[in-house]
Amino acid sequence: MTTDSGIQGIYFDNNATTMVAPEVVEAMLPFFSEQFGNPSSMHLFGNKVGFAIKQARQQVQTLLGAEHDSEIVFTSCGTESDSTAILSALKAQPERKEIITTVVEHPAVLALCEHLAKEGYKVHYLEVDGKGRLDLDAYRKVLSDRVAIVSVMWANNETGTLFPVLEMAEMAKAAGVLFHTDAVQAVGKVAIDLKTSSIDMLSLSGHKLHAPKGIGVLYLRRNTRFRPLLRGGHQERGRRAGTENSAAIVALGKACEMAMEHMAQEQTSVRALRDRLEQAIIATVPYSFVTGDPSNRLPNTANIAFEYIEGEAILLLLNKLGIAASSGSACTSGSLEPSHVMRAMGIPYTAAHGTTRFSLSRYNTLEEVERVIAAVPPIVAQLRKLSPYWGENGPVEEPEKAFAPAYA
Amino acid sequence: MWEYSEKVQEHFFTPRNAGAVQDANALGDVGSLACGDALRLSLKVDPETEVILDAGFQTFGCGSAIASSSALTEIIKGKTLDEALKVTNQDIADYLDGLPPEKMHCSVMGREALQAAVANYRGEEWKDDHEEGALICKCFAVDSVLIEETIRNNKLTTVEDVVNFTKAGGGCSACHEGVEEILTRVMAESGQTFAPAAPAPVAVAMPTPPTKMTGVQRIRKIEAALEAIRPNLQRDHGDVELIDVDGKTVYVKMTGACAGCQMAAVTLEGIQERIIDELGEFVRVVPAELMPKSERAYG
Repeated sequence: MTTDSGIQGIYFDNNATTMVAPEVVEAMLPFFSEQFGNPSSMHLFGNKVGFAIKQARQQVQTLLGAEHDSEIVFTSCGTESDSTAILSALKAQPERKEIITTVVEHPAVLALCEHLAKEGYKVHYLEVDGKGRLDLDAYRKVLSDRVAIVSVMWANNETGTLFPVLEMAEMAKAAGVLFHTDAVQAVGKVAIDLKTSSIDMLSLSGHKLHAPKGIGVLYLRRNTRFRPLLRGGHQERGRRAGTENSAAIVALGKACEMAMEHMAQEQTSVRALRDRLEQAIIATVPYSFVTGDPSNRLPNTANIAFEYIEGEAILLLLNKLGIAASSGSACTSGSLEPSHVMRAMGIPYTAAHGTTRFSLSRYNTLEEVERVIAAVPPIVAQLRKLSPYWGENGPVEEPEKAFAPAYA
Repeated sequence: MWEYSEKVQEHFFTPRNAGAVQDANALGDVGSLACGDALRLSLKVDPETEVILDAGFQTFGCGSAIASSSALTEIIKGKTLDEALKVTNQDIADYLDGLPPEKMHCSVMGREALQAAVANYRGEEWKDDHEEGALICKCFAVDSVLIEETIRNNKLTTVEDVVNFTKAGGGCSACHEGVEEILTRVMAESGQTFAPAAPAPVAVAMPTPPTKMTGVQRIRKIEAALEAIRPNLQRDHGDVELIDVDGKTVYVKMTGACAGCQMAAVTLEGIQERIIDELGEFVRVVPAELMPKSERAYG
C-alpha cells in the first residue's frame, strides 16, 4: 500500500487486523468459482467442498492442539464465538447466575457482560494492577458454584499482556466452573495445546492471523454442556447452523497451517523487531513509557504512552508518513473516555490519551522499524509544542496545577 | 478514520497561531482531561479599543481539537471582544467546512475558551454550565446529559417524545435502545415505569385516493410542502430548491449547509414524507445530481 504522495506504507497495526497471506488467498479462491458447491449436498459439487472443510478443521485442530477435530466449531468471527460461549454456559446452567471476567476484556465480552448484568446476572470484574496483571487470590474468592462461566482473555489486544489462563482454567475446573478464553490475539503468536489444558472453550478470529475477515472458531471441549446460539440446519453438528462459509474456512485452515510453521519466527524475529522499535523510541523520546507487563506479553505488541499529547493527533501525523498504528485515546474510539485498559491500569489521563500501539507481524522488516524509529520523535516534539502541559524543554512544573481548565 | 474536511486537515497539519501570545492580557483555560481535550487561549487585547490584536492557542487534543483552536484564533483576530463573543461554535465548524458529529464538541470547546478568556480580561469569573455525557445519537450529536435533562424537565415518556424534543434518535434510529435505557432510568426517579409504546396499529399512511390533479397543481402542492419545511433547514443554515418533477420522482437540490451534509439522506426522507402527505400519493425525492444527464436543463 502506498500513500497519496507515493510513500510505501508501513503496517504496524496487526492487532487490529492482518494482511491475508498470499498463499491463503490462493487456497481460498477456487471455493468462489469451481468449488462453489454446498458441502451438505450429495453430489460431486458439494463433496469436494466438504472434504476441504474437513481438512481445514484439522489444520485448526493442530494449531490449537485440540484432541478431536469435532471440537472445532466454525463461526463468523471472534465476537460470535465469545457470545456463543458465554450465552451457552448461561442457558445450559440456568441455576447459575454469576459470571467472572476482567476489567480489561475486549468489548466483545465486556459489552455482553454489561448487557447481561442489566438482565439480572451478577458479573465479577477482576481488577488489574499497574502492569495489567490479575490477582489470582481475588479470582479464587469469587469462584463458586453460583458461577456459570469464567471468561478471561489470553492476551490483551492493547498491551499484549498475557493472562495465566492455563492456571486459571485449572482453578475453575477445581471449583466446577466452565472456563472460556478469548484467545483472538494469542492464537498463532503463542504455542497452545488445549488437550493438556482445562480450558473448556476458546475463541479465535481468522483475520488476526492472516486469514480473511468473517471467519472465526469456537473451540468446544468434548462433553462440555452446550446450547447453540443459532439453530437451524445440521451444520457444525448442529452447534452452529447456517451454510458454511467454505472459502473462508479453507482460508483459515491454510492460515493456521502457516501460523504453525512460523510460530518460532513470532517468538524470535518478530520479537526482535518489536524490541528494537520499543527500546529506540523509549531511548529517544523523553516522557514516554511502555504500558502493560513488558516481561510477559505477546512478542509483536509495543504499547507506548507519550505523555502530554493526544493519540489521534499522533496517528494522523504518522499516517501522513504512511505509518499505520493505533491509539487508546478517547478520540479514536468515538467515546469520551480513553481506553478502559489504560484506565484500569491507573495510567494518568495525560498519558493514557497519548498511548500508541505498534503491533507487528512476520511481514514487517527491520527497515520499516528503523523508519518508524526516525519518524516518531519529531512528531511527538511537534505536538508537545502545541500542548498546554508542555513548557520549553519539558512538562510544565506540576502540570495538573499549572493548567487546570474550567471544567473537568 | 474520521472523515475530516480538507480544511480541518490543513489547520491540523499547519496550525495557525500555535503557542502562547507574548504579553497576553487574557487567558482562557477550558477542557476536560478525562475527555482528552484541553485548550488554553491567550489573547492580547488593546485596552483602548478592546480589539483582539493577537491570539494564540495551546491544545492537548485530537486533530479536530487542534484545527478548531487554529480556526478560532484566525476568526477572532482583529475583532473587538464584543464582536468575538458573537462567534458561535457553528461558526467555527463552518469555517472548517464542517466537523464530524462526534467532533462538534471540539468547536464548543473553542467557543468556551473564548468566553473564558474574555471573562478573564474583564475580571469576571467564567463558569461553565455545560456538562457533557456519552454521545448517544450520532446522527445529530446529542449526548446523554442533554437527553436526561430534557426528559426530566419536560416529563417525557416515549422515544418519540425524545426525538421531538432533542432530535436524538430522529435519524438512523440505531440509538433507540440507548434512549429507552435513559428513559427507563430517568422515569424511575419519579417512580414511573417506562413502557415502550406497543406498536399501535398503525393507521397505514394510505394516501387518500388522489383526485386527479393537473401538473401545475401538483407542482404547487410540492412547492407548498417545501415551503413548510424550509424554516427548519434555514435554521441549520441550509435550504432546498425544487428542480424538476418527473412522474413519481421529485428532483431537489440541497443548498447551503445542507449540501454535502452527512444528514442529507435523512433530510431527504423527511422532505419526501412531507410531500407525500401534501400530495396524497407516493413520490420519491431524489437529489438533482442523480437526475439522468439527458434530462438536465442545466450544466
